Amino acid sequence: MKQKTQTTALLGLCTAAAMILSYVESFIPSITPGLKIGLPNVVIVFVLYRLGWPAAAAVSLVRVGLTSILFGNVMSLAYGFAGAVLSLLVMTLLRRAHFFSVVGVSVAGGVSHNAAQIVVAAAVMRTTQIVYYLPILIIGGTLAGILIGLAGGMLISRLPESIIAKWQ
Amino acid sequence: MPAKCKVRRDLLLIFILLLAAGATLCLTLLFRLPGDWVVVEVDGEEWGRYALDKGASIHIETEAGGYNVLEIADGCASVIEASCPDKLCVHQHRISHSDETIVCLPNRVVVSVVSGRE
Repeated sequence: MKQKTQTTALLGLCTAAAMILSYVESFIPSITPGLKIGLPNVVIVFVLYRLGWPAAAAVSLVRVGLTSILFGNVMSLAYGFAGAVLSLLVMTLLRRAHFFSVVGVSVAGGVSHNAAQIVVAAAVMRTTQIVYYLPILIIGGTLAGILIGLAGGMLISRLPESIIAKWQ
Repeated sequence: MPAKCKVRRDLLLIFILLLAAGATLCLTLLFRLPGDWVVVEVDGEEWGRYALDKGASIHIETEAGGYNVLEIADGCASVIEASCPDKLCVHQHRISHSDETIVCLPNRVVVSVVSGRE
C-alpha cells in the first residue's frame, strides 16, 4: 500500500515536470511551423529507463491529455495521442532489444512521433499532399531525438539510483 | 552488449535517417517544376482552383465557420490571414512550385500548387 502511494506520488511529480517543460518549450521559437524539440520527452525517456514502460505510458498520456485540455483543443489531443502512443511503442520495443543506446532509442521515438502525426493529419484532412513534409519532419525528429537522448541519458546516469530505490 | 557498440549503431541510425530524408528533400527540390495552378482543398474536397500568374485575394470559408485568406501575387501563393489561433499557415513560406503546400490543420484547408494542364 505504502509502495503504491509512493509510486503514484513519484509519477505525479514526473508528470508535473513534463508539463512544465511543455510550457517552457512554448517560449522557444520554432524554425519551421510544427517542429518542436519535445522537451517533455526528457522526462518520458527517464521514466521509461528507470521505472519501465507502464509508468512512462501513464506519465506521457496524462501529460498529453492535460496539456491539450489546458492549452490546446480536441485536435491537438488527437495528434498528441497518436505521436505519444507510437513513439512509446517504438521506444519500449527498441529498449527491450538492447540494440541502441538511449540516444538511438530517443531518435527512433522522435521520428516515429512525427510520422504518426503526419498519418493522423493526412487522415483528418483527407489529403496525401502533406507527405511532402515527411523529409523535413524526419530530419527534425532525428535532431530533436539526439538532444532529448543526450539530456535523458545524463538524467538516467546522474540521478542516483537511491532516489528511486528509496521511493519504491 | 558493450556500450561502444550501441553508440556506433546510434550513429548509423542517425546517419541513415538524415541521409534518406536529405536525399529525398534534395531530389524533390531538384526535380520540382514551376507551378501553374493553386488548388484549394477543404476537408479533402476541391474547393477552388486559381491561376498562379494572375494576382488575386481569395477568402476561403469552411463549413465549420473558419476562414483563411489566400493571396496570389508575383507567381507565389501565401495565406495572409486565418481564423485559427495558432496561425501556423500564415507563418509558412510562400509557395510557387509544384507539390508545395500550405496546410491549415484546424480549418482542414490545404493549399497546394500543381503544374501543367492537370
